[in-house]
Amino acid sequence: MKFFNNAWNWFEDRTGLMGALWPIMTHAVPKNSASWFYVFGSATMFAFLLQIATGVTLAFMYVPSAGEAYQSLEFITNQTTFGRIVRGLHNWGASAMILLVGLHMIRVYLTASYKFPREMHWISGVILLSLTIIMAFSGQVVRWDQTAVWSTIVAAEQAGRIPFIGTWVADFLIGGETIGGATLSRMFAYHVFIVPALLIIFLVFHLYLVIKNGISEFPKAGEPVDPKTYREKYEASVKRDGVPFWPVAAWRDMVFGFIVITTILLIAVIIGPPDLGAPPNPSNIDALPVPDWYFIFYFAFLALMPPPMETVLMVFGPLLVGALLFALPFISNRGERSPLRRPWAIAMVALTIGSISGLWAIGISSPWSPHFDAKPLTIEIIGADSGPVYRGGEHFNDKGCLYCHTISGHGGLRGPDLTYIGDRLSADELTWRIMNGGLNMPGFGGTLSNVELSDLVMFLKTRKHINPQPSSSGGD
Amino acid sequence: MSEKTKTSEECSRRQFFTHISITLGSLAALMVGIPIVGSIFAPIVKKPRPIWRPVGELRSFTLNEYVKVNFIDASPLPWSGITAETAAWVRRSENDELTVFSVNCAHLGCPVRWVSGAKLFMCPCHGGVYYSDGSVAAGPPPRGLYGYPARIKDGQVEVKTSPIPITTV
Repeated sequence: MKFFNNAWNWFEDRTGLMGALWPIMTHAVPKNSASWFYVFGSATMFAFLLQIATGVTLAFMYVPSAGEAYQSLEFITNQTTFGRIVRGLHNWGASAMILLVGLHMIRVYLTASYKFPREMHWISGVILLSLTIIMAFSGQVVRWDQTAVWSTIVAAEQAGRIPFIGTWVADFLIGGETIGGATLSRMFAYHVFIVPALLIIFLVFHLYLVIKNGISEFPKAGEPVDPKTYREKYEASVKRDGVPFWPVAAWRDMVFGFIVITTILLIAVIIGPPDLGAPPNPSNIDALPVPDWYFIFYFAFLALMPPPMETVLMVFGPLLVGALLFALPFISNRGERSPLRRPWAIAMVALTIGSISGLWAIGISSPWSPHFDAKPLTIEIIGADSGPVYRGGEHFNDKGCLYCHTISGHGGLRGPDLTYIGDRLSADELTWRIMNGGLNMPGFGGTLSNVELSDLVMFLKTRKHINPQPSSSGGD
Repeated sequence: MSEKTKTSEECSRRQFFTHISITLGSLAALMVGIPIVGSIFAPIVKKPRPIWRPVGELRSFTLNEYVKVNFIDASPLPWSGITAETAAWVRRSENDELTVFSVNCAHLGCPVRWVSGAKLFMCPCHGGVYYSDGSVAAGPPPRGLYGYPARIKDGQVEVKTSPIPITTV
């Protein structure tokens, strides 16, 4: 025991590490900042540390080669000791990080902690947020399956809409003009070296700022921030009734962090990593590249935005959001911090969460996508087994109508439900609509023969609340 | 030598050290920066030469029907594996005329499918639809499908390797 004591004293004498770090660990923080509302930042950091640890572990086994990464992922998942769990941890850790960074941001916004003197805390935080988003996307790409390949193409196409330099940015992203050997190596470099290095740099900066300016006190209504007096007041209050960060404030971070890490581990063990899709073959077009859950709202946004404004929204939308976030602490860096006195802040958070959830819900069902795997109408639904109505029903199955229109629960959601279309449109109106299309429907005038068209209209006319007698559709 | 001149001399000496240190540091970074940045950005300027790839016997293509053909990119790297593959939609019509379209939707590059019964190309991602001549029938695509150059050589259909079509403003 004495030996270890002596060894420690020698180490501390030569390095002075404890002497330098202990005062930082135990520096006084405002009493009311030792709160359960203040645990999300540290939890995001714990999730990030888990990502570093599991990411490095995966790098022991992953092969960043376009031709072999897929096999190495299969190997990691199915043949290595704990590889499946490590992949699961890395995947769900990413989900947790996105979720927590969002919660942290909402808390900071609601308590207006970005106001004087913490403007740079917010700005470094916005940079950390964008780096986290880049990590999330590039992480889906290095999970090198078919969805990854098509997601990369979709990303390159979005980059291509940037005025003047679009094609260059797209080529830079995928490492050439096509997906190929260069693509994954580049994505790997972004995901494993460049962006994590930036994340670590800005995280250290972010933490340094928290030490320099102090953790923001939990705001009270009626105590506005005045840059002239704020620092003095803050220091006085910390001196008066501050508590040491370690352990009086930090224990809550540790408890919440423990819950977060344990939850990630449980999900990783029980659910495991996401399934690998088909191999990354760009010639396999049987693909629907839907991103991971946290990007589904953006996927929906891309589908729903009005086509004439598309390029503007696609390129300048994210830029505008970024610019607004950067500008926030300069737009308002003084005044009330309490959310009770800032109802607009609460409304903004509600609006943001509402829009994202709404887009998310729509994105999951993707009603704009043709359903290629829709079940064809059965003879029972068609209501005839021969004659024009039967043939019309078969045309409905075969001519692509089914992919976008539902009848009696079978079919896609892109166009209107046609279960009772016979009640709404006359035969002439149906014919006109099928021939010419309209809104988002292609015209079938050049595709269908006259007989096919009239059969189809006959069939659709039978889609009424009370079906006509079978005899009317039996004869030919 | 007065106290004052000594100080100003000291200052200029320090200034000199400051300037020389910053200059040397920047110069070193600039010199090694040229190969580093050049290497990372090379894919923007260095383009592979397109190649004609045979994709099948002309007679084997059904008349007036789109068939998906697979072929290899212009200059696959040795470790590209299956990622070197790419595809196109080819139609042979009367008089052996060829129509070849990229499989990438002009909206955001997702893979379009030929739906034979409907005589339409449909995109699964955001619902882009094209007529058989490649023009937009419905959905968000800002333009029609991209064509690829094709030719007939010794009874073989050949498609010219092309970049993934990037829709620009």
